[in-house]
Amino acid sequence: MSVAELIDVEVAYGGRGALGPFSLALAAGEIVALVGPSGCGKSTALRLLAGLEAPQKGQVRRGARPGETAVVFQSPTLAPWLTARSNVALPLELSGVSKRDARERADAALARVGLSGREAARPAQLSGGMAMRVSLARALVTSPRLLLLDEPFAALDEITRRALADDVLALWRETGPATVFVTHSVEEAVYMASRVVVMSPGPGRILAELATPQSLPRPPGFRTTPQFRETVEQVSAALAQGMAAA
Amino acid sequence: MKRIADILAPVALILALLATWEIAVRALAVPSYVLPPPSAVAEALAGDWKSLIASAWNTLAMALQALIVASLLAQLAALGAALSPALHRALRPLAVVLQVTPVIAIAPLVNIWAGIDHPERAIVALAAVVAFFPIFSGAVTGLRSADPDLERLFDLYGANRRQRLLRLRLPSALPFLLEGHKVAAGLAIVGAVVAEFVAGSGSAQGLAWRILDASHRLQTARMLAALLALGLLGAALYALFEALERAGLKWWRGR
Repeated sequence: MSVAELIDVEVAYGGRGALGPFSLALAAGEIVALVGPSGCGKSTALRLLAGLEAPQKGQVRRGARPGETAVVFQSPTLAPWLTARSNVALPLELSGVSKRDARERADAALARVGLSGREAARPAQLSGGMAMRVSLARALVTSPRLLLLDEPFAALDEITRRALADDVLALWRETGPATVFVTHSVEEAVYMASRVVVMSPGPGRILAELATPQSLPRPPGFRTTPQFRETVEQVSAALAQGMAAA
Repeated sequence: MKRIADILAPVALILALLATWEIAVRALAVPSYVLPPPSAVAEALAGDWKSLIASAWNTLAMALQALIVASLLAQLAALGAALSPALHRALRPLAVVLQVTPVIAIAPLVNIWAGIDHPERAIVALAAVVAFFPIFSGAVTGLRSADPDLERLFDLYGANRRQRLLRLRLPSALPFLLEGHKVAAGLAIVGAVVAEFVAGSGSAQGLAWRILDASHRLQTARMLAALLALGLLGAALYALFEALERAGLKWWRGR
């Protein structure tokens, strides 16, 4: 049974179609990348999967309970008045975990994203990449079954992006949540996902679906392999076709 | 070097203006009840400083009491407005009307309500009316200013209303509250002085009384000295609240 499923969903804002009809089923433990131009409804699809929004038409089926879903936004979205530890502990405390347990689990989650020793730092004292790691730790601390990443690296420089991409894959392998990854970057999509879903300009529909070569996480040098380049070309071609048709 | 220049430039300008003033008044033989030279103002300041400080203290005490009253009421009202959209809709026009009505126009009315024998109550009430709006408005804005993505996270993790208020909206509002109090502090002084002009000051004579008293006697130099004291008091209070705001923000953001 799928962890979450969108069936022929349609969303419009103020009468203008934003998404759909669109269908997507997520199996346990897979990473699906959604690529498409700005305004194609990628983020809307993510909010539907999270249960933060309801579609006007179609159905959303969610196997994961509300507490088993985690979202990472484009910006780290940390509370500036809380320390890294308290930010990570927040989802646990909101769902009634005791302060002490929440704190311990938060420290463990921060250690997993390589931020041991920075537990007491405030977001303003962290670099953009580190803040994003805190955000990632907060998403993982609840051991979600469904992980939704909304262009999480968009604001970061290329080197930090690549490092974080590998980190996310390593973390994903530990607990294997079904993951949806929204991105503008074709290369990032092919690198991160086992399946790439190419969307048309808004209202977004599925133009193409491609499985990526090799297993996750990626072996070193994967970006230079011919299979990687070829898949990137295929996805780019599908995107370009969609743009031309629109 | 640059910092020295930053301080020197305004000081030099003020000294030049004062010198021009002094020379012009003497050269043109302007009567001192129209415009006394700065030296006469300095003399008045030297002669009156004890009573000026006492009066400044009285005005400050009124303003601070008003600020406390305004702060409590405004934050309570804003909290109510945040919890109940109906209350927000009900309060907003009242708050706006209160804010756009000149305080000097309501002063005689408040004076009657407070009782002619209790001008200090009228002063505190009027200064509080003036100080209310910036705090209310800041608090209302602040309570709605939480990062929408953080709001979504609270939705996602099933936060209840209490958690959302205490752990998200109130902390998000802090910078707006600090700003609101800073503006309100300056306005409370203005309100207190205006109210004192209308209501009189009873036994505790504030700076407005000093200004009125000197004006009735055509002692223009003493009037200017009292005005200077008032300006300094306002600036000092503003600086204090600005420092509080900076410290508060530093604590809030952690740097």
